[in-house]
Amino acid sequence: MKALRDVFGDTLVSLGSTNPNVVVLDADLANSTKADKFAMAYPGRFLQMGIAEQNFVGVAVGLASLGFVPWLSSFTVFFTHRAIDPIRMLVAQTHANVKIGAAYAGLMTGLTGKTHQDVEDLAIMRAMPDMTVLAPADAIEGEAIIRWATEYEGPVFVRLARDACPNVFDQEYRFIPGRTISLKEGGDVLLISTGPQSARCLQAAELLQGQGISAGVLHVPSIKPANKEEIVNAAEKAKVVVTVEEHSIYGGLGGLVAEILSEASPRRVIRFGIEDRWGESAPNDYLLEAFQMSPPRLSERIQKLVA
Amino acid sequence: MSSTIDYQELEVLARKGRWLAISTVAGSGAGHVGGPFSAMDIMVALYFRVMKIRPEEPKWPERDRFILSKGHSSIGQYVVMALRGFLPIEELKTFDKGGSRLQGHPDVTRLPGLETSTGSLGQGLSVGLGMALGARMRGQKFQTFVMIGDGELQEGMIWEALHVAPRYKLGNLTAILDWNGLQQFGWVLAVNEQHRGDRRDPWSGIDLRGIFEKLGWRCLEINGHDFSQIVPALESAKASGDSDQPTMIIAHTIKGKGVHFTEGKHEWHSKVATKEELKIVAAELGIVEAGV
Repeated sequence: MKALRDVFGDTLVSLGSTNPNVVVLDADLANSTKADKFAMAYPGRFLQMGIAEQNFVGVAVGLASLGFVPWLSSFTVFFTHRAIDPIRMLVAQTHANVKIGAAYAGLMTGLTGKTHQDVEDLAIMRAMPDMTVLAPADAIEGEAIIRWATEYEGPVFVRLARDACPNVFDQEYRFIPGRTISLKEGGDVLLISTGPQSARCLQAAELLQGQGISAGVLHVPSIKPANKEEIVNAAEKAKVVVTVEEHSIYGGLGGLVAEILSEASPRRVIRFGIEDRWGESAPNDYLLEAFQMSPPRLSERIQKLVA
Repeated sequence: MSSTIDYQELEVLARKGRWLAISTVAGSGAGHVGGPFSAMDIMVALYFRVMKIRPEEPKWPERDRFILSKGHSSIGQYVVMALRGFLPIEELKTFDKGGSRLQGHPDVTRLPGLETSTGSLGQGLSVGLGMALGARMRGQKFQTFVMIGDGELQEGMIWEALHVAPRYKLGNLTAILDWNGLQQFGWVLAVNEQHRGDRRDPWSGIDLRGIFEKLGWRCLEINGHDFSQIVPALESAKASGDSDQPTMIIAHTIKGKGVHFTEGKHEWHSKVATKEELKIVAAELGIVEAGV
């Protein structure tokens, strides 16, 4: 178990040693996002841009035009809400080689409350042409995605949860954009999930096993591009399809799956997540209970569904 | 004096540029006039005198960079680029038409020679800052020029760049404020209030130079329609590329400059000239080959 923000900092340090073009721009949150590790290792390539998120997106575009590979460090909410216009026009519309390290994504943001909890980011970023949108489940996938994004030529949005999340993958893991990963097979219900929520879905599937319900878990780290065929194939094997995400049920993973299946293989899709309400300041366990996203609550809700 | 003759050549180019801009907009049935006219002389000076560029090699790594942050004045930049040889003059007719490289707002993915896309206001200076910062990190010697509008200066993002650029001591970054005193609609003049245009100057009574200087910019103030002031200011900014202060050229301009009925009129921000109006424009700009 390693927090994704530590993975972010450590992987950037590692990349910095092999790729002299990697630079990190910070909007004064490096000691939260752990980009400060890069600042310590490569002070000449760490660019403090102050509390000015729109500007630092534009500066990254200018740097990328000279062959640098800029990673932006801030909280998700300040990218997808405050700086979305420069991300749209300067980064996505020009296919600039800018990497967005979207830290503190989702509900569990360290007692910050609804101002800092971004549960709309996937919906916003997914609608944007030219953008790649990725949400790693654990430390291993997080590192693989950050490395892949650095090599890829073009804009990438990486959704990073703040805290430690249980390991789902082992060192054999290789990230392939678009690919989905079956974490568990099961025929009664298929849980489709993304980010660290996939680990909680696995735990819920184990609880369901104890109740005689066979639950599969499909992890979708690549919100965009998405592999329609793999999602359709997995859904067709299950009696019930449930999407689970630490995100609004509007327009994110649930929206993605519902769109794909309604066109290619119409069936009922139940979306678990956050429905049209804001979060609040609270410990992680409290939030998972309040939004019925903890493994026991997921298990209960699914039992009712398949009953 | 040879330099005077040179400036006369620039003046001829600027008149030609204004004619191409307003007639292209008329041909396309939509586009901007006031902003391209206020910015025309400065862009002619940049492309024909000051910037180190190769029209036949638009991605030449050592080129000076120019970003038109007030992207709705795109037609002004396109005509100057066409006159300079980046694209055929004939291609101007495709402006705003489907499939054209000449989009309503500059699109870097379509037209070689542009440095970034602009249109949503307030964003170009940040990209220029990134280019200047990157040049310093790479040890490259080019100058980055960014033209911003005074209406555009109301956008918060510009002020983010304005306070960050001096922190990095970017003498290789030059901002040019096209202070024409008008925006698309703006604020009406109060009774007995007089401004350069028919609406209130958005920064009237505000000491912009003082603010920029306090933020750490070296400021030069010029008449943005007088080449004997424009060229030396741009060259001075470029000559201080190794200095530790970015330069802000505050250019006092007239929106719609060059034709009597477009000058100082906010309605000409975006307007299509009639055939009758084009005849007057051609006459006033001394365009004999206009054929109108």
